[in-house]
Amino acid sequence: MIELEGLTKRYGEKTAVDRLTFSVRPGVVTGFLGPNGAGKSTTMRMMLGLDSPTSGHVRIDGKRYDQLQEPLNHIGALLEAKSVHGGRTAYNHLLCLAQSNGIPDRRVDAVLDMVGLASVAKKRPKGFSLGMGQRLGIAAALLGDPRIVMFDEPVNGLDPEGIHWVRNLMQQLAAEGRTVFVSSHLMSEMSVTAEHLVVIGQGRLMADTSMADFIAENSRTYVRVRTPEPERLRDALHATGVNAVAADDGSLEVDGQPAARIGDVAAQHRVVLHELSPQNASLEEAFMRLTAESVEYHAHTAAQGQPPGPAPGQSQPPGGDRPTQQWGTGWKEGR
Amino acid sequence: MAHTTRVLRSEWTKVRSVRSTLWTLLIAAVVTVGLSALICAFTASDFDSMAESEKAVFDATYVSFAGMSLGQLAMIAFGVLVVSNEYSTGMIRSSLSAVPQRGTFMFCKIFVATALVLVVGMATSFTTFFVGQQLLGDHGTTIGEPNVLRAVIGGGLYMTLIALFTMGVAFVLRSPMLAFGTLMPFFFIISGILGGVSATKKFAHYLPDQAGTMIMTVETGGGGEFGVGDRPYGPWGGLFIMALWVVASLVAGYLVLKKRDA
Repeated sequence: MIELEGLTKRYGEKTAVDRLTFSVRPGVVTGFLGPNGAGKSTTMRMMLGLDSPTSGHVRIDGKRYDQLQEPLNHIGALLEAKSVHGGRTAYNHLLCLAQSNGIPDRRVDAVLDMVGLASVAKKRPKGFSLGMGQRLGIAAALLGDPRIVMFDEPVNGLDPEGIHWVRNLMQQLAAEGRTVFVSSHLMSEMSVTAEHLVVIGQGRLMADTSMADFIAENSRTYVRVRTPEPERLRDALHATGVNAVAADDGSLEVDGQPAARIGDVAAQHRVVLHELSPQNASLEEAFMRLTAESVEYHAHTAAQGQPPGPAPGQSQPPGGDRPTQQWGTGWKEGR
Repeated sequence: MAHTTRVLRSEWTKVRSVRSTLWTLLIAAVVTVGLSALICAFTASDFDSMAESEKAVFDATYVSFAGMSLGQLAMIAFGVLVVSNEYSTGMIRSSLSAVPQRGTFMFCKIFVATALVLVVGMATSFTTFFVGQQLLGDHGTTIGEPNVLRAVIGGGLYMTLIALFTMGVAFVLRSPMLAFGTLMPFFFIISGILGGVSATKKFAHYLPDQAGTMIMTVETGGGGEFGVGDRPYGPWGGLFIMALWVVASLVAGYLVLKKRDA
């Protein structure tokens, strides 16, 4: 159990973390989501007592981090990939951490084996790939067999096999009843691993909710209709109590109605349809929308601001001639 | 207590498992002994051509430590690296996550490094003395003469204190480049210049290295090329001044470690 209360960090004028209050519960994977620069890493460093908060506090199992005599037996953390002396072998790196917390030496071999680094135990991490570095960091986090694990962007730099491994590991750890807290800036990553979500933007708490609720609240399904006679179709739909909204590219968007019903109405009024397609707004999009106002570094062209994947960017006119258009504002206004 | 013992073991594993430890300490010993031997050999062959006034204050013990002025730079390198490598590599985040009691962490790191430096420093000091006296031949002295043993033990203490001072500074500056860039020119050039110019000389006498070297002198009137005859303090007084510098740097290092984000 990790509890944050009013956690705040200021650097001069700039507030990096702003009165964060939430707790991370055992038994589920809790995703910690936010755009780059939202304050995720700062928050995690404060959880570990590396940075001291300007105000507020963090409790790990009810205690301040520096009150833990053997912290690695309570909480294991993967921070930045390279929190390692490049010239000290993987084995010795883990050994010195283990010794300081009274963890037996044989546990070092066990975790090296667990993360698949047993064959390079006597090698210096200087020559490790990003993925191997992440694995070594995860090995360090698991050393004390802690009840709480915390991973900062664990899949960064991992190949697909590694990503798969980390996801399974996190779910397995949660299934064992541990508290698992994972940060990411990718909603798509969280949607496959996390059961609970904490979303922050510019240091402030934006959402603290279960993944299922987040999806239910934020995923929007609608039908896109294209016709040469949008006004007629709109009126016809309106007459049946269905509201159609004109999108920027001349198509109509209809919320909460099956495509078949719209097709029927169009046929009755003999309106020609060029497109009738149900659309699903992705979670990535919902996350972007939630944090749109809080993104610190906006891209300056619409094209750069678009997320990967099949998303509503397609419905925007090509060429990006609306330079500072924020993500998602188009259809937010349309609603 | 059990906690401190565990952290000490951990710090010992850290210091023995990086190559820079072996290299810096080896270089400190080899350079000190080698350069001192060279200077002793030259001194022995030129002894007859020395002026009578120089012969009168000739300090055979001190001459056999002449190489330490260069060898101490490797000691300084050890002190810098053992601390600032934690910061430059990011290891400090792992270290402080494992040992969040920062006072304990600093104490154990410095204790282990100091113990190692003391052993190497003493071995170096005794070796350079005996090798130097062998080469000085008839002009040399023996360990049984008054004050000589004090000077030889003092040589080991000097090397230990210089490394300790450096570790405190490294905890303040954190970056190895910054620490090297400050300490190396200071001990290799600036201290020497300040001590050589008559206007600044009496202040330079209170710099850590200049005060500390007094412990290695035997002939209080002498000191040869290092000219330590005109000091307002004795050998132990000098070492005490150096120890004050060490305490100041360690306190500053502790305050920075305690207050600043890692």
